[in-house]
This record gives sequence, C-alpha cells and structure tokens, in this order.
Amino acid sequence: MELTGADIVVRCLKDEGVEYLFGYPGGAVLHIYDALYKQEDVKHILVRHEQGATHAADGYARATGRPGVVLVTSGPGATNAVTGIATAYMDSIPMVILTGQVPTALIGNDAFQEVDNVGITRPCVKHNFLVKDVKDLAETIKKAFYIATSGRPGPVLVDIPKDVTANKAEYHYPETVSIRSYNPVNKGHPGQIKKAVDLMLSAQRPMLYTGGGVVLGNAADALTEMTRLLGYPITNTLMGLGGYPATDKQFLGMLGMHGTYEANMAMHHCDVLIAIGARFDDRVTGNIAKFCPTAEIIHVDIDPASISKNVKVDVPIVGAVGSVLADMIRLIKAGERKPDQDALAAWWRQIQEWRGMDCLKFDRASEIIKPQYVLEKLYEVTRGEAFVTSDVGQHQMWAAQYYKFDKPRRWINSGGLGTMGFGLPAAMGVQFAHPDATVACVTGEGSIQMCIQELSTCLQYQLPIKVINLNNRYLGMVRQWQEFFYQGRYAMSYMDSLPDFVKLAEAYGHVGMLINKPADVEGALKEAMALKDRLVFMDFITDQNENVYPMIPHGAGLNEMILV
Amino acid sequence: MRHIISILMENEAGALSRVAGLFSARGYNIQSLTVAPTEDPSLSRMTLVTAGSEEVIEQITKQLNKLVDVVKLVDLTEGPHIEREMLLVKVQTDGEARTELKRLADIFRGRIIDVTTTTYVIELTGTGDKLDAFIEALGGNMILEVVRSGVSGIARGEKSLHL
Repeated sequence: MELTGADIVVRCLKDEGVEYLFGYPGGAVLHIYDALYKQEDVKHILVRHEQGATHAADGYARATGRPGVVLVTSGPGATNAVTGIATAYMDSIPMVILTGQVPTALIGNDAFQEVDNVGITRPCVKHNFLVKDVKDLAETIKKAFYIATSGRPGPVLVDIPKDVTANKAEYHYPETVSIRSYNPVNKGHPGQIKKAVDLMLSAQRPMLYTGGGVVLGNAADALTEMTRLLGYPITNTLMGLGGYPATDKQFLGMLGMHGTYEANMAMHHCDVLIAIGARFDDRVTGNIAKFCPTAEIIHVDIDPASISKNVKVDVPIVGAVGSVLADMIRLIKAGERKPDQDALAAWWRQIQEWRGMDCLKFDRASEIIKPQYVLEKLYEVTRGEAFVTSDVGQHQMWAAQYYKFDKPRRWINSGGLGTMGFGLPAAMGVQFAHPDATVACVTGEGSIQMCIQELSTCLQYQLPIKVINLNNRYLGMVRQWQEFFYQGRYAMSYMDSLPDFVKLAEAYGHVGMLINKPADVEGALKEAMALKDRLVFMDFITDQNENVYPMIPHGAGLNEMILV
Repeated sequence: MRHIISILMENEAGALSRVAGLFSARGYNIQSLTVAPTEDPSLSRMTLVTAGSEEVIEQITKQLNKLVDVVKLVDLTEGPHIEREMLLVKVQTDGEARTELKRLADIFRGRIIDVTTTTYVIELTGTGDKLDAFIEALGGNMILEVVRSGVSGIARGEKSLHL
C-alpha cells in the first residue's frame, strides 16, 4: 500500500522501535504532526524550545544507549536545535534529528522559514541528508539510524521538504542497510592487542585513563574486570565517570583541569599509560609538551582520527572498546606473565602519599552553605543511586568531584561543548527513560535560566525532577578565572536582579524550596526526595567566593596544580 | 611538505562541500582541488593538493576517511606518480611578436587553440612547475587571462584507486 511521506516517517520511527520523539510543531512539519496524531505507538513530547528537544533526546540517549529522536520545523525550528546537535556531536551521542524544510520547488528561493539545514549543521553532525524524493525517505531514515548508532556514535540529521511528506510511495523499511563508503571497525588488530598487553604487563608504574567511549560502548563491566585483574590505578575523564566504580579503592577520581591531585600526579609519573575510549582533550592533558613525560602510551579508540591527534601514541588500537577489552582480558588470563607485584606495591605507596593530600577537602565549619557540602549530601541522601544531570560551570565540576558514580550512564553532562542550559531538558529525557528513578539536575542560577522554560514541559508530563540550584549570584567559573587570572576584575560575572526561584517554580506549578543554612541542607534534600511525584526546585544560597580546586592553570602540566 | 591526495567519493550533492568544509573547519590548507565523475557515474574522483607536517597529513587523511561520502583515498605522493595540470592562457599579440609567441608555445609543447588578429589562446599541459615557467616566459605584459585546472594525478605502474 502507498503511504504519504508523513505516514512513512512515523512508520519508520515505529519500526525502528522509537519510544519517544522530542519536538515542536511548525508549518513545514504539519503533515508529520497530523500523522503522529493518528497513532499511539510513538509518543511525542512537546518541549517549549527546540534546544530543549535536542537536549532531552540527548539525555534520553545517554541514559539508555538508544538513539534520541527529535522533530522540529524548518528555519528557526532547525536553527534553535543547532546548539543541542553540536552538544551531542561533541560527546558522540547517537541522535536522529528530523527537520522540516520548505517544499522542494521553493528551496533556494529565500522562502518563509527557509534555512539551509544541511549546510548549517554540516560541521556539527556525523552525517546529514536532504530527502528530495519520497521514494528515498524510508531508506534514508534507516541509514540515519544506522550511522548514528554505529562506529563512533553521533547525531545524524534528515531534512525533509514539506511536499515530500505529502507525496506517496510504497512503504518498505529495510531490516538492514549497508553503505559502501561507511564500514566502522569493531574488532581490534590482534597483533596490536598482544603488543599492548605485553607493554601493560611490563609496566612499573602503570596508569589507566578511560573516557566516554567506555560508557558509550557499554564496556564498563569489561573495564572493571580488567582493572581488577591487573590491580592498576585508574582515573576517569569527565565523560568517563561511572565507567569504573568511583567507590572502588583502585579509583583515583577524575583527572584533568579539576581532577584530583592523585590522579593527575599518577598520570604525570606513570611509565605506561593505557588510554581507553578517551581523546586526550585539552582539559585533560594540560600543556601537551609537559604531558606524561615518562610514559609509553597505549590508545584504544573506535575512531582512528582520535588516535595521535593531540598526543603521539606508541601502541594504537582501532576498535570498539568492549571488543578490545574482552580480547585483552583473554590474553592476560591465558598468559604466564603477571604484573610486577613489587613495583606495583611501591607505585601504590606513592599514590597513597598523594592521596594523603586530601585535595577535595573544604571548610565544613562554614556558616554559609558550601556547594561541595550540598553535593556530598545529595550523594548520601540518594545513596549514590540517582541519575545526575548537570549544567556547565563550577557546579558541574563539583558534581563530578563529589558525587561518586558507581555505574555508567548515571552522570549526564555536556563535556565537550560545555553547553549551559543542558541540565534541565537533559533531565527530562532521563526521567522519560527511567520514570521511577531519582533524577537530579545540578545547576546554577546562570545555567538554569538558559532553558528554564522547560519547567513548563516538566509540569505537562509530570516529571518529578529534583533541581539542585547552587545559587552563588555569580557566573562562578567565569568569576573564578577572573579572580585567578584577571586580578579580580569581575566583568559581567555578577548576576543582579535574579528571579525569586521559589515563586518561579511555584508559578510553573512545581514545589520551590529556599535553603540558606548548612544545617538545613540534608533535611531539605530528604524532604524533596520524599516528594516522589513532584518536581522540586531547591534554591541553595551558597558561598559566593568558593572556587573549584584543584586547578591546572592554562599552559601548566598535570603536576602543576593549584591546591586549596 | 606538499601532498597530492586522490579521493573516490559518492557523486552526490553536498559531497564536495563536506570536503571543503572539513578543510576550513580544521584549518587545513588547500592549494588546489579538482573533481569530476569517473567512468562509474555514481563515483566522483577528487584530487586535492595540500601541505603540512606528517602529523597534519595523517590527520587530514583520517578525517577525510571519516566522511561518510568518502569511499577510498590514497596519498599519491607516497609513491611514484604522475601529476598534470592544464593551463589556458589568452595573450595579446600582433606583428612580429606573433611568430615569436608561436615558437615559445612550441618549445613548451603548447598548442594555439584560438586565434584572432590581436589574440591567441594557448593550451598547455604539464606539472605545475612547467606551467609556472611558461607564464614567466610570457612575461606579464601580454597576458590577458590565465585559467588553470588544478592538479590531477594518478599512480604509476599497476597500483590503482578503484572499488
């Protein structure tokens, strides 16, 4: 039977097993919305701004591993979505974005709500398509899902002109699709893996450095098994948190610009560095010239272009981390050779000494609420079981430092692009994916205002998110840099005329709480968590002058941290 | 160092801008770029001349390979290869100079392919260096217009870039 393009879009989503579609209607996608109206398989979530749709789909994808799906209209609908698409691209999140386009006959005529969606998103998508013939629609959507979810994942955009959604074609959704120019490698090269294992076992001062690839590749269990088998110290990047249990004694905390003293020192002094699913980002390496000066480096990554991009490596392995880790574990178990226990014991003694610095200590006797204290209590009250989304800035770093993630896909943040406004809509996506879980959005009074309109969406769908607003009346991370590097000239980092967040939350139909004493923090968190079916906006009035420590200043090496 | 990268890619709208966009977004340099369909109309062949350190060239080839539209590529400068570029030059010429110019074109194995009483169009094929030398020999005064095709290249011997 012939279907209209709009019906084909909806059927494709159903056949792809799409549960939720995050979007916002408009002229160019009206046929698709009409098709959505006539069915119940794919649930459409109406956001309040297209940026919110992309972040919600992104949060859903990060929490589940399934692709997030977005539907927006042409022109401003698509341009509003760009920030969210770029956010997903930088963190390699699988996402399919369907954008409406003006009818094919009008393309290029500066028609109403026309913008070149394919052109505008080209630098921030894994791939994109413009569908000009309804006969190509189903296969193109299949390709989009395939590309988005295979290899190194990423967002794929499909631009659909309005007339294509009205035209008819036979519906056939291919089971599989192959693209001759796109063949991601999953299996690592056995010779390289053998070489890597030999080098790992010969180490005197080994260090594991693992990133978001472990989480995205569902390889946390394999990583944990190998790390315990070896007894080596391990650090996670911001994106890799939860890839190894944070409460485990082999875990040294996060590394990088705001990483722990022990993690950064162990990186600097190791002799064999085992990098898995991490990309040597500048926030991790500090000054490249001073990075891991004594280490031979093994790098496992699914993307060949990530290898030797920033740091030259000695043993490159291209492959899916899960598959490569399984091969490594097999070799380690089968071989005679074991790690050098004497060297390892000496190495751990050194690390314990660094740990003794207690680099995350803060003033517990403070009369003013310390942001670190709120996060510590959040961890305790939720028993480490919450899904935590964050916005971008100081609160993000504190959440990464003080909330100990034992499981993958629990820590949801914009690591690569650093998108303020990500936290709340991402929390919506997470809550849809896990309706019964506790979802906390850690944010600040700056970030939350960038997508605050989504509080309305939260009411419409009864999402009981817990917003933890660390309100220091400053754009804290900007203020911190101005204090350290601009002699305290606080240009535009102070926020005056803030809304009354309690009243604001109430105006949106939610529960608002104001907390301004340390003694009230724990009680308030417990009270909020007990309100299982309500969104609670908790406005914590925190210390204005608190900084994130440790910190590696620009141009410094990992061993040159500013400590509290 | 200068590299000639040959790329087989899907002959689809937008494929060229993905390559061009990659170079501008990552700050790589393009000295010349040519593209046309091959004997298989679904494939285009692009020849791209760029320059950079070994690390930069490695990144360029990896990033190009990552583009979904790129089927295969080879760095021709890694082995023996032939490169050719075509030049069309329109020159102003009359009187005595016309025979002199004809002789100069012959020396460079160029051909005169259009003639008026006051102009010639000369066609010349060769490496970029040869075309540069010819333009230099002509001197600036008589040149009205220069069109260069950009470099095309192919590997010597049995090595070939195909599906």
